[in-house]
Amino acid sequence: MTLRSMPMSARIGLAGILLVFACAIFAPVIAPYDESAIVGEVWAPMGGDFLLGTDNLGRDLLSRLIYGARATLFVALSATVISFSIGMFLSFTAVVSGGVVDQLLSRLNDLLMSVPALILALVVLAVLPQNIWILIVVMAVIDSTRVYRVGRAVALDVSVMDFVEAAWLRGEGKLWIIFREILPNTLAPLLGEFGLRFAFSILFLSTLSFLGLGIQPPIADWGGMVKDNKDGIIFGVSASLTPGAAIAFLVVCVNLVVDWLINTTSSLKGARDNA
Amino acid sequence: MTSSLEEPVSSKPLASARQTLLRNSLGQMVVRRILLGFGLLIAASMLIFGGVEALPGDFASTYLGQDATPQAIANIREELDLDRPMTERYLSWLGGIAQGDFGTSWSNRNSVGDQIWKRLGNSLLLAGVAALIAIPLALALGMVAVLYRNRIPDKVISILSLAAISLPEFFIGYLLIQFFTVQLGVASFPATVYDGMGLGERLATIALPVMTLVIVVLAHMMRMTRSAIMNVMSSPYVETAELKGLSALRIIAEHAAPNAIAPVVTVIALNLAALVVGVVVVEVVFVYPGIGQYMVDAVTMRDMPVVQGCGLIFAALYIVLNMVADIVSILANPRLRHPR
Amino acid sequence: MPEMLSVKNLRIEVTARQPDGTATNLVLVDDVSFDVGKGRVLGLIGESGAGKSTIGLSALAYGRGGVRIEGGQILLDGQDIAKLGLRGIRAVRGARVAYVAQSAAAAFNPAHKLGRQVIEASIRHGIMTRAEATKRAAYLFGILGLPDPDTFGERFPHQVSGGQLQRAMTAMALCANPELIVFDEPTTALDVTTQIEVLAAIKHAIVETQTAALYITHDLAVVAQISDDIMVLRHGKTVEYGSTRQIIEAPREDYTKALVSIRQTMRQEALPSDDAQLRVAGMTAGYSAMDVLHDVSLILPKGQTLAVVGESGSGKSTLARVITGLLQPKAGAVSFNGAALPPARKDRSREQLRRIQMIYQMADTAMNPRQKIRDIVGRPLTLYFGMRGKAKTERVKELLDQIEMGPQFLDRFPAELSGGQKQRIAIARALAAKPELILCDEPTSALDPLVAEGILKLLLRLQEETAVSYLFITHDIAIVRAIADRVAVMHRGKVVREGVKSAVLSPPFDDYTDLLLRSVPEMEIGWLERVLDGRRVVTQVPGAAMELERS
Repeated sequence: MTLRSMPMSARIGLAGILLVFACAIFAPVIAPYDESAIVGEVWAPMGGDFLLGTDNLGRDLLSRLIYGARATLFVALSATVISFSIGMFLSFTAVVSGGVVDQLLSRLNDLLMSVPALILALVVLAVLPQNIWILIVVMAVIDSTRVYRVGRAVALDVSVMDFVEAAWLRGEGKLWIIFREILPNTLAPLLGEFGLRFAFSILFLSTLSFLGLGIQPPIADWGGMVKDNKDGIIFGVSASLTPGAAIAFLVVCVNLVVDWLINTTSSLKGARDNA
Repeated sequence: MTSSLEEPVSSKPLASARQTLLRNSLGQMVVRRILLGFGLLIAASMLIFGGVEALPGDFASTYLGQDATPQAIANIREELDLDRPMTERYLSWLGGIAQGDFGTSWSNRNSVGDQIWKRLGNSLLLAGVAALIAIPLALALGMVAVLYRNRIPDKVISILSLAAISLPEFFIGYLLIQFFTVQLGVASFPATVYDGMGLGERLATIALPVMTLVIVVLAHMMRMTRSAIMNVMSSPYVETAELKGLSALRIIAEHAAPNAIAPVVTVIALNLAALVVGVVVVEVVFVYPGIGQYMVDAVTMRDMPVVQGCGLIFAALYIVLNMVADIVSILANPRLRHPR
Repeated sequence: MPEMLSVKNLRIEVTARQPDGTATNLVLVDDVSFDVGKGRVLGLIGESGAGKSTIGLSALAYGRGGVRIEGGQILLDGQDIAKLGLRGIRAVRGARVAYVAQSAAAAFNPAHKLGRQVIEASIRHGIMTRAEATKRAAYLFGILGLPDPDTFGERFPHQVSGGQLQRAMTAMALCANPELIVFDEPTTALDVTTQIEVLAAIKHAIVETQTAALYITHDLAVVAQISDDIMVLRHGKTVEYGSTRQIIEAPREDYTKALVSIRQTMRQEALPSDDAQLRVAGMTAGYSAMDVLHDVSLILPKGQTLAVVGESGSGKSTLARVITGLLQPKAGAVSFNGAALPPARKDRSREQLRRIQMIYQMADTAMNPRQKIRDIVGRPLTLYFGMRGKAKTERVKELLDQIEMGPQFLDRFPAELSGGQKQRIAIARALAAKPELILCDEPTSALDPLVAEGILKLLLRLQEETAVSYLFITHDIAIVRAIADRVAVMHRGKVVREGVKSAVLSPPFDDYTDLLLRSVPEMEIGWLERVLDGRRVVTQVPGAAMELERS
C-alpha cells in the first residue's frame, strides 16, 4: 500500500482532497474577498471581479466557497473522528468482553439503528440549541452506530483466530490482546471504513445544513450556501449549483481513494490466504 | 440406515447454529422476526418520545420564545400537559396514535394526524413511483454489469454509480431543475400538487422529484445487486452447472436466480428504506407537500408533536421494510423450507 | 483407434494482476502429456500447486480464474477440444466429460433436489428422456450404495450426509453415461472410514459403466487402489508416468521414491512409566446442553507422546480445549505433574500456562500476520523470562537454529514463509517457553506429505533433545505409528481404547478400532479389495454399517 502502487483514480482523488484541505487552511490568503463582506450586487453573474459571481446577499461566491471548505471539513472530520473513536472503543470492548456486555451494547446499537439516521438527527436537533459542537456530537453519535456494527464484525473475525487464542493461552492481558493482536489486523479494513464514514459525514452535514439545521449563518458552509441561493435557481442563477458541485467533487475524491483502499486491503488478504 | 460417522465436516459454531436453525420451524422464525420488528417499533417510539423529553431545554420557554414570562410558561405547561409524569404522557401519546390521533400542532393547533395522513399519501406516491422505475432498472443494470464484468459496460456503470452515490440529493435535484425546467422548459417547478388533481397531471408534476429519487437510489441498489449476483455467480454450484454444459441463460435462470432471490430482495428492501428517507430532502427541494417537508418545517419551528409523529411514521416504514427483507431471506432458505 | 483422452505437451498459464496494474505470467502446467483409454483410470498425484486440478479441468476446456491453455493439445476421442467453439464445448461438458468436485457440499445447488440436479445434464443434452434419466439415477444410487435409491433423489443437499453427497455427485457425473470422468480429490474432505466406502463405490461404478477416468489426489495410497496408471506431478511438470504397479513397486525418480516410502517410519515405543506428566480423569465436557466428551480418562507419562486418534466429531479437539482451560469441564479433573490444574484458563498462573504450549493445525492463522518472526518467537521469552534486546535476539536465533531455519528469517513476516516453514516457527514459539508439554492439534494435516514428514522428524528430534511430552491429536493412523508411545482411540466423545501403542494397535480389537485400522489405505495394490472381502465376513459394526453390500 504505497504511493507508487496507487492507480490514477486514487491519485486524482488524493490530489482533490489535498486541494480542499489547502483551501481550508489558507483560506484568508487565497480568498479574494472576506467571507461575509457584501461586495457587489445580488446574484451577479460569473466573470469580471467575481470569478464565480455573487450570492443572494451580494457576497463573493468564490471567497465563500473557499471559506466554506473550512466549516465543512472541520465539522465533517471532527464528527467522523469522534464517531470512530466511540464506535471502535465500544465495539472492541464488546468483542473482548463478550457475554452480557456484548449483548447489551449490541442490542442498544440495534435500537439506535432502527431509526433512520436523518430522521433521528431531525428529531434530536429539533430540541437541542443550535451550536456547532452539539451538531458535531449528534452527527458523531448517530454515525458511531454504523462504525460499531462494522468494528464489531471485523474485530470478531480476528478475535476467533488461533493467534488470538494462542495469546490468551500464553497469559497475555486484555490490553495486549486488543492493541497488539486484534487492532493491527483490523486497521486496513477500518481505514477504508473511515473513508466511507467521512464521505457519508460530508453528505450528511451538507444535507442538514441544506435543511437549515446544520451550520448556522453567517459562517459559510457548502450545504448552507446551496440553501441560501436555492431561490435563484428558477431565474437561471447557478449560485446554488456551485457549492453543490464542490460537495460532489470532495465526496467523489474521497470515494476514489476509498475504492482503492478497499481493493488493496482485500487483495492483501487474498495474498495472505494464498501464501 | 445411514452412518452417523458421515456427519458433514463442520466447525463447532456452524454446527450449533445449524442445530438452532433446525430446532425452529420456519413459521416460528417468521413469527419471531415479526415480534422483533414490533418490539423495535415500540422501542423506537420510546426513543423518539423519551429522547426528546430527556434532552435539556424547557419546551415551554422554547415554545414561547423571547417573551416568556413565568406566568405564561406556567400556562403553557399546563395547556400542553407538560406537568404530568413522562411515562403517563408517553402512554397517552402512544394510545392516541394507536387510534390515529397524533395530537395537535403547537404552531397552528391543527390535528397532526389529519396532516400526516394527507401528506403521507403524497410522499408514498413519490416514493412508490420512484421505486417502480428504480427497481427494474437497477436489477437490469446490475445483471448487465455482471454479464459484462470487468469489461466496458461494467466499468461505465461502475464509474457512473460511484459519481451518483457521491452527489448530495439536493444537488441532483437542482441540476435536474436547471436542465429540464430552466434550459429546456419541459418540466414544472415547484412540484405543487393539490386535491382534485388528476393522476396524469399529478405524475407530470412529480416527474423531476421522481427522477431525483431514482438517481439517488438507483446507484446504491445497482451496486448492491451487482455484488449480490456476483457472489452467487462465483459459487461452486454455478461452476458445477457450467461443467454440465448448460447455456449461460439456463445457468442464470435455474441455478443462480433461485439463490439470488433472497439477497436481491434484501437489497431492494434496504434501498426502499433509504428511499423513504430520501423523500425528506427531495420534498424540500421541490417544495412538494409531503410528510418530509412537513417534518422539516416542524423541526425549524420546534413543533414537537409534529416532529414526533412524523419521526414515528418514518421509523415505522423503515422498520417494516427491514423486517420484510429479513422475512424474505428466511422464506427463501431451502434449509429452513425443507428441514431434515 | 484413438485413445479416449489424449493430452499432448499441455501448457497452461495464468496472468496474475497486482493491485498497481502490473501483470505477471505464471506457468501452472508445463509440457504434460498422457493418454487414458476406455475403461482405464489414470491417477494424477502431487502436492498442492502441482497443477493436478488445472489439468483435470482442462479436459472440460475450463479454467478457473483466468487460467488459459497456452500450448499443446487435448484430444477427446481424437478430436481437439480447442477447436470446438463455445457451443461444441458445451456439448462435451456434462455429456461426454463429467466432473466430480472435492466439496460436493458446495458443488450441489442448495435450492434444488438432488435428483433434479443428477439428471439435469442427461436431459439438457438430449441423451435421455426424463423417465429414462430418473431410472438411471436410481440405478446409480443403488450401485453407489446410497439408501433408498428410488426416493433418494427427492432429498435436498442439506438433508444428506457428506459421504452420501459425494456419492450423489459421482452419480451425477455418471448419469449421462460420459466417456470420461474427472474425479478431483473426491474423498479428501471425508473421514477415513467414510472415505473407504466412497472409494469402493466409485471403483465399483467405474467398473460397471466402463467409463474412462482421471483420478486426482494427493494421496498415493488412495490412487493405488483405483487407477491403472499413475502420473506424478510437481510444480506443473511430470515427475514420473507409468503403470500403477511400476510406480508403487519400482519407482524410478527420487521424488516418487520419497512419496512411496513415506509413512513407513515406525517408532519404538518407550517403556511404560508411572511418572505422569498429564492425567485426565473422568472428564465430561461440552457446549450448553450437549456433551461432547463423556467420562474421558488418559495418562501421558513424562517425556513421552500420547496420540489421541479419532475422526471428526470424536471430541479430540474439545479435549485439547479442556486441557488448555478454554473450556471448563462439567465433571472430572486435569492434573499436571501430579498437581491439579485449575479448570479455567484465567485461574491458572503464568507459570502453569508456560508449561503447556500448543501447536495448531493451521500455522497460517496461528501467527499474527502483522508481527515479524523475531516478535512471534521472542514474545514468550519476554513474557515468561523477561528477556529483552540482544539476549532475546540471540535466543531467538538459537531457536531458529533448532528448527533448522536460519537467522535470515528474523525480520520476515509469516506471509513470506511456506506452509512447512510457518509450522516450524510455530514450533519454535512453543519451544521458547521451555514447556513440559506441547499439545499438537493435527499439526501436519494441512501440509503436503513430504513437508509433514519433515515436521514429524523435527518433533521427534526435539523430544529427544528436550524431553518434552507431546499430546498429539490426529486422525491419521500412520502418524500414530510414526510417533506415539501411548495411544487413545476416541469415538463419539468416548475413549474406546487406550494404552501403549503396541497393545492398542494389535488384535484383538474392539469394533471401532478395527474399522478405523482397516479403513486406512495402505500403499499396496489390491488393498481395497482385500479389506472389502474381509469386511463382508466381519460382523456389522454398529453405527458404521457398510451400505455397499446392497449392490
